[in-house]
Amino acid sequence: MSDPAVDLEVPVDLATERAPLGPLFWICVAWLGLNILGAIFANVLPLINPLAQDYNFINTGPSLHHWLGTDDLGRDILSRIVYGSRVSLLVGSGSMVIGFGVGMPLGMLAAYRRGRFDAVVTAVMYVLLAFPAIIAVIAVLSFWTPRTLLKIIIVIGAASIPLVYRVIRSAALSIATREFVTVAQVQGARDSRIIWRELLPNVAPIAVSFLLIGVATVVTLEGALAFLGLSVNPPTPSWGNMINESRTILSQNPWLAIFPSIALGLFLLSLNYIGDRLRAHFEVAEVKL
Amino acid sequence: MARYVARRLATLVGIVFVISVGSFYLIHLLPGDPATVILGTGASPAARAALYRQLGLNRPLVTQYLVWIGHVLHGNLGVSFISETPVLATIRTALPIDLELILISQVLAFAGAIPLAMRAARRPNGILDRTLSAGSFTLLSIPPFIIIVLLVLLVSIKWGLANTGPSSYVSLGSDWIVNLESLALPSITLAVGSFVIYFRVLRADLITTLQEEFITMARSKGLRQRRIMWRHAFRPSSVALLGTAGVNIGGLLAGGFVVEYLLSIPGLGYTLIAAISSSDYLLVQGIVLVVSVGVVLINFLFDFLTSIVDPRISRE
Repeated sequence: MSDPAVDLEVPVDLATERAPLGPLFWICVAWLGLNILGAIFANVLPLINPLAQDYNFINTGPSLHHWLGTDDLGRDILSRIVYGSRVSLLVGSGSMVIGFGVGMPLGMLAAYRRGRFDAVVTAVMYVLLAFPAIIAVIAVLSFWTPRTLLKIIIVIGAASIPLVYRVIRSAALSIATREFVTVAQVQGARDSRIIWRELLPNVAPIAVSFLLIGVATVVTLEGALAFLGLSVNPPTPSWGNMINESRTILSQNPWLAIFPSIALGLFLLSLNYIGDRLRAHFEVAEVKL
Repeated sequence: MARYVARRLATLVGIVFVISVGSFYLIHLLPGDPATVILGTGASPAARAALYRQLGLNRPLVTQYLVWIGHVLHGNLGVSFISETPVLATIRTALPIDLELILISQVLAFAGAIPLAMRAARRPNGILDRTLSAGSFTLLSIPPFIIIVLLVLLVSIKWGLANTGPSSYVSLGSDWIVNLESLALPSITLAVGSFVIYFRVLRADLITTLQEEFITMARSKGLRQRRIMWRHAFRPSSVALLGTAGVNIGGLLAGGFVVEYLLSIPGLGYTLIAAISSSDYLLVQGIVLVVSVGVVLINFLFDFLTSIVDPRISRE
């Protein structure tokens, strides 16, 4: 870049400089990483058994023995929060694997092929989008008994497919009409190669930022389902059912509601912030779930 | 315009059809005999036989659907075997509570979001704008079930305000003041979620609109700031706001469930969860059908409103 012949002034709108990610972004990434590590290594970490009852400490606030206190059965809150993150992370990542696994290839294929395939798939997806997803999830989960984590992941994942499809298709559509795709076609590249090598790398930034916001939305949904008694059954801890169980003894031990709420709130905030910064960084239009 | 409405109506009919098929099929997701699902395990053989005849349960699924949709179109959603009341009657008493809740929360959300978004958009990246944007971003990450639990903790437990805690619901007909008090916390909770969304959408759109040439024109004519903001900037930007509101209100009908359930407010959400836990599947099916169709109708209505505010949309 120091070559004087090239060192021309670049007009502002052509500048390739990207919005900086900022230190808060990295703090959020670190927090998210900590959550993921905690969930994976929960049984290796020196944590008290989340189901063990300590009769000397019932409904206590934070102390040296139990850093975040105990619930009405004398179970350690810190340990339950760490173990509880497993449910949130599993539901969040699992259902997004389904949503993106089906919605993303379909969206890219429809945007690239156009024509009848695009028309049919898009029409079906838009009808599904009009269906209120939350109601559909509640309805199917209440009838499809017995409820397991896998069923919850499948139902939420399936419900997210039309949303992923819409975002990915519209992103891929603007790229599929660009010159470099035409050039690749003229050069005789196979369709699969164009989708993998030309479309995918350009759709990826949008997909990643949408993925993070998607995980946040799904984790919130799982929490709401836990409140309605439609998520994993107690005593398995999840952030949602911890907050739910705290309701009955809210006046005696408010910590029971406060700590899981902080854990869930910070987790969601990190996801949303990382997604938002990435979007600004790659200068992609706002997407919402 | 007429063609646009006709096309949208055709789509609407298609979607309602899909919803009806989905709701119909729910009963068949359950393991076992649909008659047991509908009548419960304690039903007499005679009652079961009567139901089989009435719903054509021996015949193919398509026939069963046609029989069922025929009943539904005549306003017959079945009779719950647990409460022994018609499903439609139960829904009729619960629905107005949801509508009141949504109405109050939306009035609060708009009353907060519109003036604040206008202030913030006047100086993008100013102190007020940055504070509000950061605050709304944080609120966006807090789910309604956390907000309601913390509000109950603060308002009804810490401050000890009467008629705000769980199970304090009083109907509008018996005492409207206590009714409003008992709906205060859930309305605020739902309003917070909507406020954040409306504020962000309107602020972003106003900032773009305020850079248009007709705003410069209005300024150079010497119009007052107030008039420019309301008459010249708000109207074009309200299109985006209306579109968002349609989607959001539809979501509220469904999302208000948790809040209702927590405070035992006997709206549709509370009724739905109670029905799920008592295996009253006919009631669950009825609520799912009514709420889904309601959400779709609300979306349709807002699309229509948007096309009135911005006639260009209908000419696409």
